[in-house]
Amino acid sequence: MNTVNVRYFASIREVLGSGEKVELAEGTTVAALRDLLIGRSPEHAAELARGKALRCALNQTLSDESAVVGQGAEVAFFPPVTGG
Amino acid sequence: MDRARVTIQTADFDVSAEVAALRAGDAAVGAVATFIGTVRDRNDGLGVSSMELEHYPGMTEKAIEAMIDDALFRFDIHAVRVIHRVGPLMPQDQIVLVAVTSTHRGQAFQACEFLMDYLKTQAPFWKKEHTPEGARWVDARVSDDDALKRWGLPAGTPRDDLCTGSVDSMERVKPCR
Repeated sequence: MNTVNVRYFASIREVLGSGEKVELAEGTTVAALRDLLIGRSPEHAAELARGKALRCALNQTLSDESAVVGQGAEVAFFPPVTGG
Repeated sequence: MDRARVTIQTADFDVSAEVAALRAGDAAVGAVATFIGTVRDRNDGLGVSSMELEHYPGMTEKAIEAMIDDALFRFDIHAVRVIHRVGPLMPQDQIVLVAVTSTHRGQAFQACEFLMDYLKTQAPFWKKEHTPEGARWVDARVSDDDALKRWGLPAGTPRDDLCTGSVDSMERVKPCR
């Protein structure tokens, strides 16, 4: 099992908190991690719902969901960015 | 480069001092383009009394450093400085500074615009506005994604359930030199 650090920002952070640690099987993708999180609570299901505009970053680089999450990885979920 | 190219800070910044430092010692510079983003007192039909800017420490700096590297590759420019504020901000406050030096103005203007288009859609910042109807997170604009497309880069806002916008998949277009 791999321990990964999940982080949330902005509107998602306000509902789910700043993050959580998750144990993942070797070879788990970001998509599978998102599904696992969706199953954790109704709040997770609402915030990370499929069809919702959501970005993710793997180890602090924007990523797509097919990426595999390795041991010690940091995976962040957040809404589309609005800086500038 | 010895001087910091990217700073994320809560404090305000002095544009004149930043520009002076950016072009100091480089007599080949003939043009400096700057963009300053400021807080408006209205957005999407509501008054804005204040806002808060959240970011993703670590990723923010990394993302902006990468976009500066990309700008230095694409354009014939000398140096870049980016400052972005976070935390509480009031209408009329400065939010962001992008300053670019080059030999002639064309490349400085283009690189400055490129950096802002990139920053608006790729750097992990989020604005929360306080309005008479309560606090609200600002929605990403489709027009910002469209602006990024001009540079041959993919749009950021996902239309479906995928986390799209991978920086790794961005194709470099020909440098505009």
